[in-house]
Amino acid sequence: MSASISVRKFDAVIVGAGGAGLRAAIQLSEAGLRTAVISKVFPTRSHTVAAQGGVAASLGNSEEDHWHWHMYDTVKGSDWLGDQDAIEFMCRKANEVVIELEHYGMPFDRLDNGRIYQRPFGGHMSNFGEKPVARSCAAADRTGHAMLHALYQRNLKVNTHFFTEWMALDLIRDDDGDVLGVTALEMETGEVVAFHARATIFATGGAGRIYHSSTNAFINTGDGLGMAARAGIPLEDMEFWQFHPTGVAGAGVLITEGVRGEGGILRNAQGERFMERYAPNAKDLASRDVVSRAMVTEINEGRGCGPNKDFVLLDITHLKPETIMKRLPGIREISIRFAGVDPIRAPIPVVPTCHFQMGGIPINYRGQVVAPRGGNPDAVVNGFYAAGECSCSSVHGANRLGTNSLLELLVFGKSAGETAINDLRMGRREHKPLPQASIDRTLARLDRLENQTDGTNVHETRLALQRVMQKHAGVFRFKALLDEGVHQIMEVAELVKRTEIKDKSRVFNTARIEALELDNLIEVAKATMVGAAARKESRGSHVRDDAPDTPEHPDGRNDVDWLKHTLWYSEDNRLDYKPVHMDPLTVDSIPPKKRSY
Amino acid sequence: MESRTVQFRIYRYDPDKDAKPWMQDISLELEETDHKLLDAIVKLKAKDDGIAFRRSCREGVCGSDAMNINGKNGLACLTDIESLKQPIVLRPLPGLPVIRDLIVDMTQFFAQYHSIKPYLVNYDPLPERERLQSPEDRDELDGLYECILCACCSTACPSFWWNPDKFVGPAGLLAAYRFLADTRDQATSERLDNLDDPYRLFRCHSIMNCVDACPKGLNPTKAIGKIKDMMMRRAV
Repeated sequence: MSASISVRKFDAVIVGAGGAGLRAAIQLSEAGLRTAVISKVFPTRSHTVAAQGGVAASLGNSEEDHWHWHMYDTVKGSDWLGDQDAIEFMCRKANEVVIELEHYGMPFDRLDNGRIYQRPFGGHMSNFGEKPVARSCAAADRTGHAMLHALYQRNLKVNTHFFTEWMALDLIRDDDGDVLGVTALEMETGEVVAFHARATIFATGGAGRIYHSSTNAFINTGDGLGMAARAGIPLEDMEFWQFHPTGVAGAGVLITEGVRGEGGILRNAQGERFMERYAPNAKDLASRDVVSRAMVTEINEGRGCGPNKDFVLLDITHLKPETIMKRLPGIREISIRFAGVDPIRAPIPVVPTCHFQMGGIPINYRGQVVAPRGGNPDAVVNGFYAAGECSCSSVHGANRLGTNSLLELLVFGKSAGETAINDLRMGRREHKPLPQASIDRTLARLDRLENQTDGTNVHETRLALQRVMQKHAGVFRFKALLDEGVHQIMEVAELVKRTEIKDKSRVFNTARIEALELDNLIEVAKATMVGAAARKESRGSHVRDDAPDTPEHPDGRNDVDWLKHTLWYSEDNRLDYKPVHMDPLTVDSIPPKKRSY
Repeated sequence: MESRTVQFRIYRYDPDKDAKPWMQDISLELEETDHKLLDAIVKLKAKDDGIAFRRSCREGVCGSDAMNINGKNGLACLTDIESLKQPIVLRPLPGLPVIRDLIVDMTQFFAQYHSIKPYLVNYDPLPERERLQSPEDRDELDGLYECILCACCSTACPSFWWNPDKFVGPAGLLAAYRFLADTRDQATSERLDNLDDPYRLFRCHSIMNCVDACPKGLNPTKAIGKIKDMMMRRAV
């Protein structure tokens, strides 16, 4: 097939209008570059809106703090898989990007002296791991909402050009491997257009919907990851998924760690504050992977609550009602609506729930997408940038600290924007010619879906995918289940190739959108399962039964063989590995040691 | 709770194939775990993939799944199925053009939001650190900044139905007051000038449908009253 579609030319195209996309867009619009922001939902519907607890920055507004301490916590939180250059970059930039956000109008809560309010959060400590520190800058428990709206509003001020309710379909890459834009579908009309750009920035968010039980929005289907993988870009460290300790049992809706930052306590069926046994120092404010595993252990050993003993309780009944109303009003609303419990009076039933993807499209700290080429594991892919949850810089390594995700999207959204501007000014002025093959690939995919008969049902296939992931790649991982999981997910992948939709309308065809999203979900699911089955150690969020705690390998971590990043290629499910950046930009490397809280 | 059957009556219109809108009667088996209206609509779509609606966060913060539910605007994800009389009648938000089924064209709604210049204006040189704001001054923004732009309020407002091109509507005016109330903002007089017109602000007749419709418990009528006060004080 070699049909032609209409082409729109821009200097830069940004895919995704959550925090990272909007932050990058501010940079490009202020620089006066012709920029298109493509989003499958109206910008303020993006999932950044659901972030609750805060954004990390060592402002030191209520107690002494330092970016170097923040860096140490982040490296330790990552279980040493994080790249220390990117982590230093992020922690040093934190104050700048948070202050900018305040200048944009973000309604942060305030301290009595008028400065931004900060609260403690899991894994954030003072003086290189000594005791919890108030580092999370918050707007009540609606920080993501306040941030996303402030960023959208700033974009209105600088006249960013949005293509709202357009879904990007495929990355356009030429024979040199350079990225030249994306193909995209206008949902209202069904028209397919090529966005031809000299810089393409992906800020498409995570893919938490690969799991059956997830705090993530319906839209979090890993579209950027699917597009990148299909275009031959590897995905990095996809076996690392964060299970947030406190999703509402049954509903999956998130309850922020800020609840524990304000003094909330996790209790088992005996009413015991069990985290004291697992993390004597940080207790309920230990790192998320540590808390989630402790909760699952409590449940597995019969100390769960409720008739089926399948959840634990998050207790804030000892906090003053005024504190709850002031600092955690959204949590109270969610708890009443989704758990039927007013947390002022009774504890909230919670269970670890899939929340965040640590891996993603590999980038360097400047926001450029990198992939191995000619012996260089981090060779830049020309014209391609990424930021936020879809990317892997890697600041989170094997486990992310709470509040570092909102920070990541600000720092790397800005950084990707700045780098793209620089490259656009230094690089060639004209657009490289559009390769027809990339466009044909999109048209073939749409054509296949349109004409599929006797195919598989999208809803059922997605459910099958989510159930395989939930069972085979959960909080604790088992060799036998992972190996079987690889087999099962490849079977699901065959079903995804034959999805069929009944609705053939051109107008706002959400059945078509969901089928196209499933093409992206399956790439992420394969990358996760294959990477997880191959990584034969326990590290951060990836803990296996056949890599237990031994004197030789404390907590099952094996730095000799596995202190390296996974790279998964969609073609043939191929795996490759690359070294972790152990050298920061200016300070001394933080050497690996046993992680305890 | 056992599995139960629920009756729905849904507004359907696909301009690609329907000459005019029609109402579809469907019944659905629900499971014990289906609590919210959105759970049910997602299940309906699994049966008939042609039903079109918007949804995203499913927890009431993104504002996607606003619709008219048994005659009242609300978010499907926050509405308990048990609370609804059957058949559950679902229509698109009233007063805006329908694109398809439960999906409305929100261009006009967003144009009004954009018209109030919903961003902070401050002419001072940027300080090195954050601008200071007392907790009391910050409290003034509570009940204003939490808006999710779902349009439940504006599409429940008769004044907005009559003049969607001229009346800013409750959502836009709530946002306007959010910036007027912010001690960091310096564009008070420009903002009031922008609203000083027979339609933009003064078409609000305090009917208070907006307050009743807001799924976040916000009070646009009160905010509009405060803008009117500021306008009056400025005039005398």
